[in-house]
Amino acid sequence: MSKAQAVAYKQGDYKSKVKPIWCPGCGDYHVLISITRALAEIGVAPEDVAVISGIGCSSRIPAYTNCYGFHGVHGRSLALAAGLKVARPDLTVLITSGDGDGFSIGGNHFLHACRRNVDMTYIVMDNRVYGMTKGQPSPTTEPDWDSALSPGGTGLRPFHPLVIALASGANFVARTFSGDPNGTARVLVEAIRHPGFSFVEILSPCVTFRPDEKEWKNMVHTAPVEPTDDAARAARRIMTDDGFNLGVLYRGHRAPYQPEIGTASVDVADLEEAFLL
Amino acid sequence: MTNLTNIGDLLAHAYQIEIEAVERYQMLADQMEVHNNSELEKLFRKLAYHEGQHAEEIRTQMTDANVPELKPGEFRWAGPDSPEAVDLGDIHYMMTPWHALQLALKAEQQAFAFFDEFRRSASDPDIKRLADEFAEEEEEHVAMVLKELEKYPEPDDDWDDDPDPPVSPE
Amino acid sequence: MSSSKRNDAGNPRQSVSIAIVGSGGTGALTAGAMLLEAAGRVGLYGLMTRSVGPQIRGGEAAALLRFSAQPLACMGDSYDLLIAIDWRNADRFAAEIALTKDSVVIGDPRGGDMPEMVPESGARTAEIAMKALAKDIPGGRQNMIALGVAVGLLGLPEADLFAVIEKQLGKKGDEAVTASKAAIEVGLAEAAKLDHAVPLSVPSANAEKPERWMITGNEAAGMGAIRGGIRFAAAYPITPATEILEWLAPALTKVGGVLVQAEDELASINMVIGASFGGKPSLTATSGPGLALMIESLGLATAAEIPIVVVDVMRGGPSTGIPTKSEQSDLNIAIHGCHGDAPHLVLAPLSVGDCLFTTQWAAHLAEAMQAPAVVLSDQFLGQTRALIERPADVAFIAQRAAVTEAVNDYRRYALTAEAVSPMAIPGVAGGQYTADGLTHDEAGTPSSAAGHHEAQLDKRRDKIETFTYGDHWADIEGEGEVAVLTWGSLTGPAREAVARLAEDGIKARLVALRLIAPLQVEQLATALAGCKRVLVVEQTHSGQFYRYLRSMCDLPDEVRAFHRAGPLQIRPSEIDAQIREWRS
Ligand SMILES: Cc1ncc(C[n+]2csc(CCOP(=O)(O)OP(=O)(O)O)c2C)c(N)n1
Ligand code: SF4
Repeated sequence: MSKAQAVAYKQGDYKSKVKPIWCPGCGDYHVLISITRALAEIGVAPEDVAVISGIGCSSRIPAYTNCYGFHGVHGRSLALAAGLKVARPDLTVLITSGDGDGFSIGGNHFLHACRRNVDMTYIVMDNRVYGMTKGQPSPTTEPDWDSALSPGGTGLRPFHPLVIALASGANFVARTFSGDPNGTARVLVEAIRHPGFSFVEILSPCVTFRPDEKEWKNMVHTAPVEPTDDAARAARRIMTDDGFNLGVLYRGHRAPYQPEIGTASVDVADLEEAFLL
Repeated sequence: MTNLTNIGDLLAHAYQIEIEAVERYQMLADQMEVHNNSELEKLFRKLAYHEGQHAEEIRTQMTDANVPELKPGEFRWAGPDSPEAVDLGDIHYMMTPWHALQLALKAEQQAFAFFDEFRRSASDPDIKRLADEFAEEEEEHVAMVLKELEKYPEPDDDWDDDPDPPVSPE
Repeated sequence: MSSSKRNDAGNPRQSVSIAIVGSGGTGALTAGAMLLEAAGRVGLYGLMTRSVGPQIRGGEAAALLRFSAQPLACMGDSYDLLIAIDWRNADRFAAEIALTKDSVVIGDPRGGDMPEMVPESGARTAEIAMKALAKDIPGGRQNMIALGVAVGLLGLPEADLFAVIEKQLGKKGDEAVTASKAAIEVGLAEAAKLDHAVPLSVPSANAEKPERWMITGNEAAGMGAIRGGIRFAAAYPITPATEILEWLAPALTKVGGVLVQAEDELASINMVIGASFGGKPSLTATSGPGLALMIESLGLATAAEIPIVVVDVMRGGPSTGIPTKSEQSDLNIAIHGCHGDAPHLVLAPLSVGDCLFTTQWAAHLAEAMQAPAVVLSDQFLGQTRALIERPADVAFIAQRAAVTEAVNDYRRYALTAEAVSPMAIPGVAGGQYTADGLTHDEAGTPSSAAGHHEAQLDKRRDKIETFTYGDHWADIEGEGEVAVLTWGSLTGPAREAVARLAEDGIKARLVALRLIAPLQVEQLATALAGCKRVLVVEQTHSGQFYRYLRSMCDLPDEVRAFHRAGPLQIRPSEIDAQIREWRS
């Protein structure tokens, strides 16, 4: 169904008219821009793109794009997207999620999506907080971050999504910062083009519940080394960096999971023969 | 940074700068609309309108030049975003015209810096002349914003006080 | 149809029930399966269920069979013949294998102690040293001796059994076939020595035999799904639904579809929602624990109007319950499980073979109404292997009102006369929309406005309530002032009970619901018109179906609820007795 690349799409062609409900200042606005920018760069027709999400501020993105979208239930977007992509390999499938949606309630699907390696791009806006439900700690929140639900902090070690993605078999791993929409768009273009499951963690400040994250723009820096295809090396680097190292960190070569679909080799009636006495 | 080598390239960049400024201001106006800050909504729409006019002027210059169709990644911006696009991270729903104009000022200054640097490094006299023109235009915008800013004193420190707590929509 | 009442030795019976038990790899289940297939070749109808211990290998097992020249809807009340290859742990089957004084019980004298249930029943017994006899045959096995005994006592032609042996064991080589045949011959000879025949009336060899299938309900559900146009499945294994998936996985590949094994049921239902959103009719299968996990997303499919089929092969609950046994106790969760007002379809197959039709119809209905359909099969229907007539070809196929050409001003959830809105399939230019579980307006944009909420709730209710379902909503048979009102797999025993009453001149109706939700209130009233008494029959502890009916419609004056939890399926004689007792 994909269109000939005769039409040159502009960034604006990927944006819908729906006005976001996000807090002004939220990093997710930038992410929306980066996604539309990346799609325009690739030039895929908006109707051939599906943006799938769960629940959360970050999960509101699908309706703000002019692509096909699915705003499903909390934590299950990766599964929904995998079903779609396996059934419709011709589509470009993006999943937009948050650190709560993706790593807490959806944590199990994250592991298995990496393992399964379906050709799609998983974009997690990590703001280290549950924005939509008024600021509770998420799996990536610092242990001493104080909040009403966890006074004094959770005391729990933060989850390390990039390393977990590597260990679970993701084929492309990158970290970007929302405040760098050009850099993020460049990485997204690469992630979308890379075969298999691509995981892009976007540090995206929540200005309402984590105003401290406004400082991130002074803390992020470009990864000083080239991406590797050696998962162990990538893991060591990611484990030892400061969490603000941006860029493509790993590019793997695993073949994506895509069963043959759509070609019938037998007639439905022939299946009945097995039952006949 | 940029090494634009022909008029077409320069025009493409100049036009894109304005288009993105328009889109950004419209996005900000929408944000203010959604967050019931109508004064700022109007201001951002006005800024979008002005940038739109500027874009239109550039477009008329483009008709007879050989302007390439560039993809987003092919624009040679030095920074993380298009030069004249306001940083979305600096927005607040209770912001005042003073804040908005500060952001607009910064955006115009960035746009000026883009063309200024460019005109200094260009060797082709035609390109230099056009870059001069764009730089001067942005300089005028800077002046206009500064003038506008005179109408608005810097607000008090408590400008963002909101006595209501945030809500949880989902 | 009952055999127990007409049990004069020598007189062929209308149906015969047989149990073959054995433990530790004696092959009781294999013998049962071969007996079933042989009976099918003879032209009989039949059913085989299994009952097993908790061990994964080597446990005690019982093959439970019933045969007749007439179609069979359920297992019998009691067993005419029990062959115990050995008796180890056989007492676990005491409740299931009801024996009477007319039963014949054959045991191996060296197979352990006969359990109490046998002498208590007064059944006639005989001994055959199956193990010892098998030892004398090179490669001989005791289960083949048992099989020979069974065929001999039933009076089935041995040629049909040998044909099955050749088909089943042919790939193991001639030796295996020869050894098995030899053992069967020994069994036949032993049977001939006994005065314990349980002959069955068998269609004459030259009678015209209709095309006969041997199939389980789980396989039939898979076949129905494919006939109905399902081309994508995703699921997580669970007893007793796994065989649907195992059957579908290779079958879907052959017809251009695919099955994905998901990481859990939360994923499997979301995968099928995703695939269906992409335009592929999709299905998942599970059992109670899995359905519980799927419920949130069942609501999502309802709200976002994504057609999917969820086959729930019910087992004993709550919690892990009795995974290997039947119950109808997922009715409540299937109808009412979702939070919010979430009207969707709930259907139930009425027999093993009907798993095919009902699943096919479910796929058709789900797609036609862009709503989820839950098919409530159960362990009995799903895992019983049945000899049936080839199910009729029906025209029901997935047909979704879809937008497949470029459009302008598309509104995904537009309010239409039929309340079904054409669905744009990704790839169609101009059709882009975001499917949403949030309350939305006609365009799909999230909204918390009362007007939008009500309009979309009305739409989703109306599309399934005003749909014309035709005659398939229920099986309605018989007449009279008494009705047995039931659903799903209890239809079998109810149907047989009504037939027995009719044999004794007692008129009764059978009303068996295939479409559970939306309840066809008016049609049900018509079906029960003139009835004075209604006996509601179901396999639940709390009477879920009865309460559902009570909450939804007016029933005739006198209504009785006859319900019981699993694992013992309600038998035809129990329903029969309820009606007789009520009349007097
Ligand atoms: C099953 C379920 N549990 C809880 C919620 C409430 N809920 C909505 S969003 C959210 C957390 C979102 O956090 P995150 O994914 O980090 O997204 P953010 O809002 O920060 O972008 C929660 C707990 C829900 N919608 N569904
Ligand atoms: S609460 Fe935080 S994450 Fe949500 S929109 Fe506001 S700033 Fe963004």
